[in-house]
Amino acid sequence: MTEEYFVQGNEACALGAIKAGCRFFAGYPITPSTEIAELMSQKLPKEGGRFIQMEDEISAIGAIIGASWGGQKVVTATSGPGLSLMQENIGYAAMTETPLVIIDMQRGSPSTGQPTKSGQGDMMQIRWGSHGDYEIIALAPSSVQECFDYTVKAFNLAEKYRVPVFVMADEIVGHMREKITIPDDIEIITRQAPEKTEDYKPYEAPCNGTPAMPPFAQGYNVHITGLTHNTKGYPDADDPKVHETLVTRLCNKILKNTDEITEIKSKYTEDAETIVISYGVPSRSVTTAIKQARKDDIKVGYIKLETVWPFPEKQLQKIAKNAKRILVPEMNLGQIYYEIDRVLGKTAKVELMSKIGGQVHTPNEILNKIMED
Amino acid sequence: MTEHKNRFLKYLREERLPHIFCPGCGNGTTINTILQGINKSNKDFENITMVSGIGCSSRIPGYVKCDSLHTTHGRALAYATGLKASNPKQDIIVVSGDGDGTSIGGNHLIHAARRNIDLTLVCINNDIYGMTGGQISPTSPEGTKATTAPYGSQDKPFNIAEIVKAAGATYVARWTTAQPVQLSKAIKEGLENKGFSLIEVISQCPTYFGRKNKLKTPTKMIQWMKENTIPIQQAENKTPEELKDKIITGTYINQPRPEFIENQDKLIREVSTIDPDENIRKAYGGNIE
Amino acid sequence: MIYINEDLCKGCNICVELCPVQTYQKSTKINHKGVCVPEHPDDTKCVKCQLCTLSCPDQALTVEDD
Repeated sequence: MTEEYFVQGNEACALGAIKAGCRFFAGYPITPSTEIAELMSQKLPKEGGRFIQMEDEISAIGAIIGASWGGQKVVTATSGPGLSLMQENIGYAAMTETPLVIIDMQRGSPSTGQPTKSGQGDMMQIRWGSHGDYEIIALAPSSVQECFDYTVKAFNLAEKYRVPVFVMADEIVGHMREKITIPDDIEIITRQAPEKTEDYKPYEAPCNGTPAMPPFAQGYNVHITGLTHNTKGYPDADDPKVHETLVTRLCNKILKNTDEITEIKSKYTEDAETIVISYGVPSRSVTTAIKQARKDDIKVGYIKLETVWPFPEKQLQKIAKNAKRILVPEMNLGQIYYEIDRVLGKTAKVELMSKIGGQVHTPNEILNKIMED
Repeated sequence: MTEHKNRFLKYLREERLPHIFCPGCGNGTTINTILQGINKSNKDFENITMVSGIGCSSRIPGYVKCDSLHTTHGRALAYATGLKASNPKQDIIVVSGDGDGTSIGGNHLIHAARRNIDLTLVCINNDIYGMTGGQISPTSPEGTKATTAPYGSQDKPFNIAEIVKAAGATYVARWTTAQPVQLSKAIKEGLENKGFSLIEVISQCPTYFGRKNKLKTPTKMIQWMKENTIPIQQAENKTPEELKDKIITGTYINQPRPEFIENQDKLIREVSTIDPDENIRKAYGGNIE
Repeated sequence: MIYINEDLCKGCNICVELCPVQTYQKSTKINHKGVCVPEHPDDTKCVKCQLCTLSCPDQALTVEDD
């Protein structure tokens, strides 16, 4: 039966996590994400699940990594400063191929910045904030419904690719209230246990690059380490070949499946001379502005990146191949802009529309920028 | 050789031996006492999982034939908290060193003790950072020479057993690697305690602590530990001066109180009709026995 | 009988130090791994308390009933 709620984005994330089968949350209070922890502390015990308020964000992510190996779908919620503290362990999760979901309610930054204001300053931090070569997946919701939908999707992607998946929301969608609809036929991906063989090798990957994940305490007797490890899972930190094979596979299991992982929405791009590319909350103003511009017969279209990482490079090049001008409204001083410029800069003039301080671009600001040319 | 096999080898990943520990390192003895403690306890070896952070001692779980999580520096107890809560049926032993457990991981240590979560922490305290080459640690006695204290440590060292006891652990004991029988017994008691247990193992690092502090060989370090150990009952009647730089061994506390997971389970049963055990390995959605 | 696995023994001599009846002795003989493995010239001294096997950091010792 379809359910309807009138809730905040934060609440929608919590509802999405529970719907996806998550029964374990560990977190630390931080504005503007705290409502997620509050709701999980209320709802999880009712589902027979567990909520733990940890002593800091480092232990919060540590606890969810541990619980993921114990056999749970896991999530934590945070904001920029907390995310910074989590970085070392995000690298550990990537290296050990631990499925988990991190909901980041972005706020004004750097540092403590603007706790109660919105921003999109964490987009590069999640890309490579931890040391070394690794790939993650990031989705950027722009509405309360998308907070729910993308959280469910994040769990599915985490399970499928055994990787940390980020829901990159922000203070505006986190605290905004909208109606959401929860259909009863949501696709939920469950974890598959590997076959127990005589010489079981937990890190021997099939051709898609992602091995099945063994749960702890089930007789697999695996050793999991953040050190460079061989297919058996044992540390082998000296052999260059072992390191290259492992790290290349960790990156390629995401990069080579970019088309399958990423989704983008676009409209009016066929004949558009100018295309506005956005992700997250500015997309709301972009769609309004474009509709208005089309009414005025201006040849402008938009692309909304639902998935930001891995970067949907080929899809963008295909959709935007005829555009002469690309506008990138971002609530930072330019992060994804540089990626778009790298991908489309040869065929179009890519212009950044920065807005920081906590407010989202208005439709008029975007419209005016379109008209500027 | 195979017919005359050491009694602990069957629990170890023999293909990985000899282990990386220096000659005479106390970590090897601690492995034996952990295995002996499990054997003598009412716990089943098949049900044991191990968690560690970073450092020499944190390599121990990688040699034991069980599921093991070798995590990031200082965070073993955080990972173990999640692992235990995700499936409370497993018995978890966490292994840390003094640097890993009480310096970078000090906050997690006191909070795990405060929660009284059912984990058994074996903290191997050798008063020095071994893996990185002999730097000063929070437990190095005043005057200790180390590569980052060439003129001797000036700081007051942590008393790990007392800190963890004060933070709320329900079982705390301290023994040295020169007392492996008592140490094994303490690990057994720690495992059987339903709550947070700390067994502090005073151990020797002949390579770095010994070489810098005129105790160059493993046997000299063992002799030094034997000479400077005082049972906790005898220590009660001694002055602080008499106890300076002495190793006070024995059981610091063994007093149960409600445990973290038990408390959670109680709450879940009050507010839900779903038994928490039904959710074990929920991610597999019934695809696993 | 006492058996020492020479592939595992690192020559720390902790067994020499801890044995309550001095069954073990330090050796100066260097083996194939460059280790001076302790000697046990008279196994009849051994009381089979197993303290050495519990202490041996390298899981190199085995003490068996005769």
